[in-house]
Amino acid sequence: MTTADTVTGTAKTMVLNMGPQHPSTHGVLRILLELDGETVVKAVPDLGYLHTGIEKSCEDKTYSQAITLTDRMDYLNPLGNNLVYCMAVEKLLGLEVPKRAQYIRVLMVELQRISSHLVWLGTHAIDLGAMSVFLYCFREREEILKIFEMFSGQRMMTSYIRIGGVALEPPAGWRPAVRKFLEMMPSRVDEYEALLTENPIWIRRTKNIGYISPEDAIALSMTGPTLRAAGVAYDNRKVFPYSSYEEFDFDVPTRTESDCYARYMVRVAEMRESLKIVRQAMQKISDEGPIKAEAPGIIPPDREKMKTEMEALIYHFKIFTEGFSPPPGEAFVAVESPRGELGCFVASDGSPKPLRVHFRAPSYINLQALPKLVEGQLIADVIACIGTIDIVLGEVDR
Amino acid sequence: MTESSSQKASVVAECLRSWNPQAIAKVIEFRNETTIVVPPNLFRAVAERCRADAQLQFNLLTDATCVDRFPVEPRFELNYHLVSIPRRDRVRLQVELNSQDPVVDSLVSVWPGANWLEREIFDLFGIHFTGHPDLRRILLPDDWEGYPLRKDFPVEGYRDVPTSGELFKKSSML
Repeated sequence: MTTADTVTGTAKTMVLNMGPQHPSTHGVLRILLELDGETVVKAVPDLGYLHTGIEKSCEDKTYSQAITLTDRMDYLNPLGNNLVYCMAVEKLLGLEVPKRAQYIRVLMVELQRISSHLVWLGTHAIDLGAMSVFLYCFREREEILKIFEMFSGQRMMTSYIRIGGVALEPPAGWRPAVRKFLEMMPSRVDEYEALLTENPIWIRRTKNIGYISPEDAIALSMTGPTLRAAGVAYDNRKVFPYSSYEEFDFDVPTRTESDCYARYMVRVAEMRESLKIVRQAMQKISDEGPIKAEAPGIIPPDREKMKTEMEALIYHFKIFTEGFSPPPGEAFVAVESPRGELGCFVASDGSPKPLRVHFRAPSYINLQALPKLVEGQLIADVIACIGTIDIVLGEVDR
Repeated sequence: MTESSSQKASVVAECLRSWNPQAIAKVIEFRNETTIVVPPNLFRAVAERCRADAQLQFNLLTDATCVDRFPVEPRFELNYHLVSIPRRDRVRLQVELNSQDPVVDSLVSVWPGANWLEREIFDLFGIHFTGHPDLRRILLPDDWEGYPLRKDFPVEGYRDVPTSGELFKKSSML
């Protein structure tokens, strides 16, 4: 940017390049800041450093193969990405998922929401100078990742949710493991709150910082905790329930201040709500029952059936060599990811590979509001504002 | 969605028809989702109506994306997904564009959130949006050639990368 391009066009302002390797940009986000002293006059985000063409790659894979790509998008919410993609394909196919599998999905994505919020809280706090919170948050996140490893064999890129259900039967001993986590976690959330909620430094760094009005937030398509902290109770789990969320009893926390502090309070409250949902999901998951839909030719058959039934063996072979072909059409599904409305649009032309897969990435769209949050604020508050929108650059750039 | 979604769909279609009989080219119902196909010349007017009409109140533009149906014409299909938070409803506005002239009105003046969504479509599909305040590439480098999400762009890309000079030039302008 040359001086002539700046807003004032005089030597009064200077341009600062922030990122793409700045630690507080949470990945590889670059922001061009025009500063007047310490005040931000203009901010222009520059993205794409992590663009990997996931949507294009999906078009070259069969419907089932594309699941593994979705894991790598929002790497703090791989199960949520699996879920939204699988639900979109299931909608195209008109497939009904068994209740038991739906509850297992809810259990997993709610644990994922807690772990994602933990990473957010830890990194946001470390950005603003509170080192110890980070260590505590990652300690608890580790426990959640151990549960994921139990279920799927993987800590992060689980690919556990599959088209028509989930990949594996819940492992032996999953109930005690989840119960142990549920017993430990509420007091741990209290601990984080004890460190931050009434901490004068924390309050000074976050209160009245990064305000956005609810009207502006909706106009800029913001969703998730950022929108709820502005007083709009828009949560897909309540407004357009999916995966049996209508059977769960939980609240949607909102605040009205719409600053960084309000967004912190909303996310902490969401962790407690998620714990409530996990507890209910655990009770709803029965010990016996199907974990995937019955759909020959689409869902791989059980190993047992494959060894005894000719048809099952043929279907298995066909699914893994050719894939399956949903009817031509388009489907859009949205779920509530830890960052907001995560949508998946899948278009089929009747062939075994998707015609188009598109993800409505909440990080990408929320990041659009960053200039609105930071312009007129001090440069130190830019860090607080980036942290508070909770972006994951893997999802922003896809 | 709910069993009343087809009723809701007819509300949207009727409301738009009573406003302007030409506003709807086609209504598609598939898997409980309503798609309203709009003629390109009325696209912005219909979008404005969807947002402002007291019966519709589609205040949140949640997503916008494109489908390339190469070699079929009309080749491009733009899909805008709208949400009405007060009415708890969703609808998809669709507009079809020819490969000869892939230009359509920008909706940034209706929903400011369309800004980056349309930039992404411009970047990856090469669709031009008239009236867009800042139509630049967003994910790819400024000097990238071609539009990767088009069907005639190979998945593995083109291998003949320049051997000298800067490989990628990122934006240096505000």
